[in-house]
Amino acid sequence: MTEQIDKALAREYEAGFVSAVESETFEPGLNEDVIRRISEVKGEPEWMLEWRLKAFRVWQEMEEPNWAHVDYEKVDFQAISYYSAPKSMKDKPKSLDEVDPELLRTYEKLGIPLVEQQMLAGVAVDAVFDSVSVVTTFREKLEEAGVIFCPISEAVHKYPELLKKYLGSVVPTKDNFFAALNCAVFTDGSFVYIPKGVRCPMELSTYFRINEQNTGQFERTLIIADEGSHVSYLEGCTAPQRDENQLHAAVVELVALDDAEIKYSTVQNWYPGDEEGKGGIYNFVTKRGICHTNAKISWTQVETGSSVTWKYPSCVLKGDNSIGEFYSVALTRGRQQADTGTKMIHIGKNTKSTIISKGISAGKSNNSYRGLVRMNPGAQGARNFTQCDSLLIGDQCGAHTFPYVESRNPSAIVEHEATTSKVSDDQMFLCQQRGIDPEKAVSMIVNGFCKEVFKELPMEFAVEAGKLLEISLEGSVG
Amino acid sequence: MSNENVLLSIKDLHASVEEKNIIKGLNLDIKPGEVHAIMGPNGAGKSTMGYVLSGRDGYTVDSGSASLAGEDLLDMDVEDRARAGLFLAFQYPVEIPGVSNLEFLKVSVDAQREARGEESLTSAEFLKVAKEACKQVNLPVSFLKRGVNEGFSGGEKKRNEIMQMILLKPKLCILDETDSGLDIDAMQVVANGVNSQRSSERSFIVVTHYQRLLDYIKPDFVHVLADGKIVKSGDASLAKELEEQGYAWLQTEPKEDELED
Ligand SMILES: Nc1ncnc2c1ncn2[C@@H]1O[C@H](COP(=O)(O)OP(=O)(O)O)[C@@H](O)[C@H]1O
Ligand SMILES: [Mg+2]
Repeated sequence: MTEQIDKALAREYEAGFVSAVESETFEPGLNEDVIRRISEVKGEPEWMLEWRLKAFRVWQEMEEPNWAHVDYEKVDFQAISYYSAPKSMKDKPKSLDEVDPELLRTYEKLGIPLVEQQMLAGVAVDAVFDSVSVVTTFREKLEEAGVIFCPISEAVHKYPELLKKYLGSVVPTKDNFFAALNCAVFTDGSFVYIPKGVRCPMELSTYFRINEQNTGQFERTLIIADEGSHVSYLEGCTAPQRDENQLHAAVVELVALDDAEIKYSTVQNWYPGDEEGKGGIYNFVTKRGICHTNAKISWTQVETGSSVTWKYPSCVLKGDNSIGEFYSVALTRGRQQADTGTKMIHIGKNTKSTIISKGISAGKSNNSYRGLVRMNPGAQGARNFTQCDSLLIGDQCGAHTFPYVESRNPSAIVEHEATTSKVSDDQMFLCQQRGIDPEKAVSMIVNGFCKEVFKELPMEFAVEAGKLLEISLEGSVG
Repeated sequence: MSNENVLLSIKDLHASVEEKNIIKGLNLDIKPGEVHAIMGPNGAGKSTMGYVLSGRDGYTVDSGSASLAGEDLLDMDVEDRARAGLFLAFQYPVEIPGVSNLEFLKVSVDAQREARGEESLTSAEFLKVAKEACKQVNLPVSFLKRGVNEGFSGGEKKRNEIMQMILLKPKLCILDETDSGLDIDAMQVVANGVNSQRSSERSFIVVTHYQRLLDYIKPDFVHVLADGKIVKSGDASLAKELEEQGYAWLQTEPKEDELED
């Protein structure tokens, strides 16, 4: 069976095409000048440039971390280009009709026909292509509700007070090596503000795509849910197939003020590299949210792509009675490596967190869960429940669990459950004996394994995630 | 082929598991509509026969032939044998956590329909027939929502196997000790399920240790399988003799490894 798995794992990456869009790209290299140029092309105010330069100086003093259970060739930060924009973006399109048709075709190939989504799904989409935000649909409808959903580069101009207050407030510049780099060079991303008491009338969604060669993608997302508001946000990611590794170092900050709720879902399908581990995206992402009193943040992620993933969406449960949730499906195959999990920092009283992590490993891949649950001295009556399940396909892959618990409050309760199972020969035989072909059988079994997480995704995306798993598993048996 | 009107034809079949010969010259012809009971001591190779016919990995055919409706079975993949009409009800049904019974059943039925060039049923149509099948085997409809065999009792698992058989409408059903471990009520449910599916088109191989099942499912033939081959065949009365006298009188010396289940 192992041999069959190996052979069959050599499947094509469906989103691996390159778009023929003309673009303006900086020379590779990173220094203060490059940062000034980024700031200049974006026409940024002085304070923003200062913020970037400060971060750059911090970054220069830092060292790349190496504690994760991943092994990769170190990134040459001078060989990356830090800005790339499709040329036609210079005069920003005001509506979909003005968007470069080639770009729109790209999104269609990705299965996101913007126009259709606009009409059918009622999903507002912000699409980030390489470094700039291409188009934001549904703006008007959102504006009626008072919701702000725009490229962060635009927010810098339009909502400087909100940005000055919240940018870097959840993930400080110094937080880690990649976060500091992002602060210095981020080019775009999404900004969301939901006013007090407003329930965002539709799902908000961003699609990220890296197209240009040797570019890094450093997007930055900031979501602020004001008191008593509610928002559900989804991001999707793809990249073309390239032999070189590409770096993706994003920062996402969520702020849930009193009684607010943010649901953040990710379907990540960056190019994972080929069977020998050549090429693919390095996905080094910092995601964190802060919950004020009675607030709730829920992270749901389906991670199937990238050659190396290093990602720990976290919740700082600052306010009393606040709730943090993390639901994750991470699938690795070929030579992919994923080290992912979450941090739940319980500060307030009666704070609650739930962690459900489903890791699936196939081929020669390595899949690690790394999670920290910290109960601070003031976290009276806090509770955490963690469940980590690993599923192995074949016998050349690895699954690892690294749960860290730091409890400084004796009244806090931390529960941890972990299981490891295999897609068994008995299960495969049962399915095949009923007439189901082996590929469908594996994907059905894996989907069953992930059910608890998929049910947390918005409906239309749960279907998408199921399909993505099916595609990713294509050929994982003979 | 000796006879056109044979559904399953097994000729001098030899098969092994992990280099060990288990099936040692098996011959069996089954015509459409017939019910054949197979009895025999533990370790005789009854389950192995079912696995070899259905093509399970690790079960190697060394020589001989087996055909279903004239098609060479041994040449086909597991799923193709299933689509050709071979159904195996498992002695120990496995669980598939998180995959609902309904989804599993629909995917199975769709796969087989597709192989026959038929349209797949809509969800609503399928739900209707699935509910009907639930009733037939006396399982609450809520079992359609539960994970495949997940947390089912032994009896519920076996009834679930019969439900799958009813929905898949196979040509040849192999029931491997479906009655073992069942109380009398559950056994009757299984027997009724089988009887409801009997037709001139459909044949059965019923592997059992117990005469009592054969009181409900009246077999046309009874065979004794011992040490990898059929050592005696007869009609329903043979089962009664076996029940009374055991297998020892058949002169097969039980070897040590045949004493295990
Ligand atoms: N997977 C296997 N590996 C090794 N030996 C096996 C395996 N399956 C069956 N056998 C052996 O084959 C023989 C027949 O087993 P089986 O077909 O299960 O008998 P029955 O169903 O008649 O009780 C036994 O000796 C058993 O130990
Ligand atoms: Mg047996």
